[in-house]
Amino acid sequence: MNAVVNNPEQAGTTREQELITRVQRGQNELFYELIRPYERRVYAAALAILRNETDAEDVAQEAVLKAFAHIRQFRAEARFSTWLIQITVNEALMRRRRERTVVMEGIDERRDEESGYAPRDFADWREIPSEALERKEVRQKLADALATLDRKYREVFVLRDMEQLNIQETAEALGISVASVKTRLLRARLMLRDLLAAGWEQGWFSRLPFEKGNKPW
Amino acid sequence: MVDRIKDQQDVNCELVWREISNYLEGDVDPALRARMDEHFSACKHCASVLAGTRNVIALYSDERMIEVPAGFGRRLERRLAQSARLSGARWSSWSAWLVPVAALALIAGGLRLANSLSDNPPLKFSQAQPGHDIPPGMVVVVSTETDSKLFHVAGCPFIHDKNKVRTLTAQQAIEQGYTPCLRCMRKYLDVASDHGVDSDGDDDAEAEELSTRR
Repeated sequence: MNAVVNNPEQAGTTREQELITRVQRGQNELFYELIRPYERRVYAAALAILRNETDAEDVAQEAVLKAFAHIRQFRAEARFSTWLIQITVNEALMRRRRERTVVMEGIDERRDEESGYAPRDFADWREIPSEALERKEVRQKLADALATLDRKYREVFVLRDMEQLNIQETAEALGISVASVKTRLLRARLMLRDLLAAGWEQGWFSRLPFEKGNKPW
Repeated sequence: MVDRIKDQQDVNCELVWREISNYLEGDVDPALRARMDEHFSACKHCASVLAGTRNVIALYSDERMIEVPAGFGRRLERRLAQSARLSGARWSSWSAWLVPVAALALIAGGLRLANSLSDNPPLKFSQAQPGHDIPPGMVVVVSTETDSKLFHVAGCPFIHDKNKVRTLTAQQAIEQGYTPCLRCMRKYLDVASDHGVDSDGDDDAEAEELSTRR
């Protein structure tokens, strides 16, 4: 039986490893191809920390340049995407510290994160049509909900659930303990669920923008 | 509703809420997981919280949730290329699509320029740039009939007289004091617009080109 690899993910990883090796050996022109699948995630990570699109784009570029400059230091035991995101988070945190652009986040920022958080809404929110995300208004609602979270919850949530870093990697990237990541992640997820479950009850997840026969054009 | 739950199942529900994130991470011990599973099948509120939390993770982990500003990738690639100083190296196959787009833009720009020749716009030499990352062996052409100090890709519509050009390498052209044409050598300059190759911001390039047409 032939050992042909038909797994696209594995094939992608193999291609990535090949690209890394070639760039490390001096084929610089392949670097953009290497980072291109992650450029959106790099931007999102920077935006989660800086909350300013211009700064986020600048930091995303700086992070990619830094990754390029240090590509020979990358070791295969880490995921390339994680390494790249960690560089980005570090750049973004440094930028925030340097420019002292810490936004006043409100009184919740100082709330004891160890205190319990009880769900406020028990809407029966079991199924989401996967096509819901095709609609810009749904994506906007989700983005708005995320933006209401305090910084410390938002950062952890973005890195773990959007950027797919694991708990340990998230802790290392943000320079906080694993226990803090878990606590903040719990609260972020429950708060978002509360915010969105209410939307589910109001029907903005399931309602089509224009009912058949009711088009505005 | 919460009060009713508190009354009936206080400890179990609160424990479940506290551990629900770890449960979804697969980070609870088997005994606790079994107790939680049992609870979820008995408590519809906690089952709803679990489903909703799963939904949150599924929604936000979707690639479609990450939106970047228009032109982000192009600006990133350009900055990377500028920084890398890849003399003579091709910079990723991704920009290959820019070639036909640029060609179309040149044609469109040429037509626009032809229509605007009588407008005699002001001269803007300040736009001249040395360029960067231009492959030194690249074949370019310069006009032999004007004192233009621009070099072009062969076929560029901004060459004064296409029948009176000489061919040389980019390196030779640069050594002889020529600078790249803002139109056809655009990819090697810092003038590319974020709004596309053929943007409204091309007026300066056209004006500069016109300045070479005595």
